[in-house]
Amino acid sequence: MGKALLKRAGLLAGTLLLVSVLAFTAFSVIPGDPTASVLGMEATQEEVAAFRAEHGLDLPVWQRYWSWLTAFVTGDFGRSFKFDMPVAELVVTRAKVTLVMAAISFVLIVVISLPLGLIAARYRRGVVDRIVTVLTQVTMSVPNFIMGIGLMFLFALVLKWFRPEYVPLEDGLGAHLRFMVFPALAVALPKSAMTVKLLRGSILGEMGQDYIRTAYSKGNSQGSALRRHVLRNAMIPVVTFLAMAIGDIMAGSIVVEQVFGVPGLGRMLITSIGNRDYPVVQAIVVMLAAVVVGCNFLADLLYRVMDPRIDGR
Amino acid sequence: MMLSVRDLSVVFTDWGKEKPFTAVDRFCLDMDRGEVVGIVGESGSGKSMTAHALMGLIRRAQVTVSGSAVFEGTDLLSLSREEMRQYQGRDLSIIFQEPMTSLNPTMRIGKQVEESLRIHEKLPKEERRVRALDAMALAGLPDPESLYTQYPHQLSGGMRQRVMIASALVLRPRLLIADEPTTALDVTIQAQILETLKDINRREGTAILFISHDLGVVKALCSRVVVMKTGKIVESGPVDEVFYHPQEEYTKLLISSRPARKKLRGGGANG
Repeated sequence: MGKALLKRAGLLAGTLLLVSVLAFTAFSVIPGDPTASVLGMEATQEEVAAFRAEHGLDLPVWQRYWSWLTAFVTGDFGRSFKFDMPVAELVVTRAKVTLVMAAISFVLIVVISLPLGLIAARYRRGVVDRIVTVLTQVTMSVPNFIMGIGLMFLFALVLKWFRPEYVPLEDGLGAHLRFMVFPALAVALPKSAMTVKLLRGSILGEMGQDYIRTAYSKGNSQGSALRRHVLRNAMIPVVTFLAMAIGDIMAGSIVVEQVFGVPGLGRMLITSIGNRDYPVVQAIVVMLAAVVVGCNFLADLLYRVMDPRIDGR
Repeated sequence: MMLSVRDLSVVFTDWGKEKPFTAVDRFCLDMDRGEVVGIVGESGSGKSMTAHALMGLIRRAQVTVSGSAVFEGTDLLSLSREEMRQYQGRDLSIIFQEPMTSLNPTMRIGKQVEESLRIHEKLPKEERRVRALDAMALAGLPDPESLYTQYPHQLSGGMRQRVMIASALVLRPRLLIADEPTTALDVTIQAQILETLKDINRREGTAILFISHDLGVVKALCSRVVVMKTGKIVESGPVDEVFYHPQEEYTKLLISSRPARKKLRGGGANG
């Protein structure tokens, strides 16, 4: 098992490296230049040349990548062209906002989907099951941002449960969370629908297995057969799915942040791309990739812990 | 009489559009304590369905079970699901055809063997363990101590069937229903499992209702046999009589369809 995990960890580092190369290459290939957005249109040739020399933009791509990488691994994320401050400082405040939103989304997914999936499976073809089936189908097919606009319309404009204006943490934790629940919900709903569907199918699949018949033959009640036998096995794919979903939640946040005007990583990423502020873009891309890859690793780990049939490979 | 089954019928009411399907039709059987009785028939003859009905394992609302099965003075078929639970795993147990899938893949062997104990008796953990190990030894499992913490996938098919036997016997039921327990196993393992069942019957006095499509296997183990075809009993009697002087064409067919093991070397894994 240890060896297999080590191999996985190596693969993880390789993936991150590849992502950073691709992101770096992509931004040196696309047209546009940070000088225009930083110095303005009226900058003279000399000013532009001086700026390029100062930030090493006149060097070949591979040299720039190498100096970025060597600095990055030591924890130096570089300086923003546009804001002229360390990228780390710039990104950390935004990352906190996005992380809070992602965390709320994850909690919502778990709180919404686990009970619904259980009830739908337990009372198959019952009222709850039918309603849940229709709702999951609809919710799953709606993209994040449409969901966001819909929620915004319903809860902010029609029901007036919140004002469609970002409330920072400085205004109080309660108020902050109260606002953040709505964008988080926009991210959580489609994922919850998938989780419900997966859990329901997984439970029903396990309930039809031979070992459940064995459990009944020993005198288990339906409830204890469900608790002691079905759930553990049915949760294996669900837990794996949830761990991998964390990456999707982060990615989904980027879009939803735009809709709700949340100053998180996503907003920062999009503005930075517009400004051709490469150090910022590079840092955010690698960070997001690290979260996704890390969650896949976590999913793998959980899978091994939960299913004794998976041995080190 | 330990078990007395009268007119046991199992009817699927949701079979096709018009008429219900009768899987078991007025099945009757008497069994004494410690007796080993066989039920033979081809697949679809209703023999497994009979076993599942006796065991209270037919749970679908669309399937009706009628008749009576008086076990030690109680009609099992008249019991509610909750009342029947008190018998399952304690007074009667069952082992199945598929030892590969009949065990929970993520539960340790020991926990599965002692599960009936956990359900029916309040015992301290250590005592449960001792009794589980005892049942595992009775089922012919080597080194129960180390198997106790292993998982089903680490065991061979024959070993898994022995684990099933151990978990069925942990409370020493008076009746063990064996639903084609050796069909999925190869011939040598099959013979060893049969030997173990015989041994358990001798030592513990457990009555066995042995279900098989193989009259030869039944002959090796049982004193009496019931032959079933399309849900009905076509012939029954002492096993030697039925085997050597079959009255029904169907029974003769069952006997003749078995490959002669002595002539064909290594052939006929499934009889």
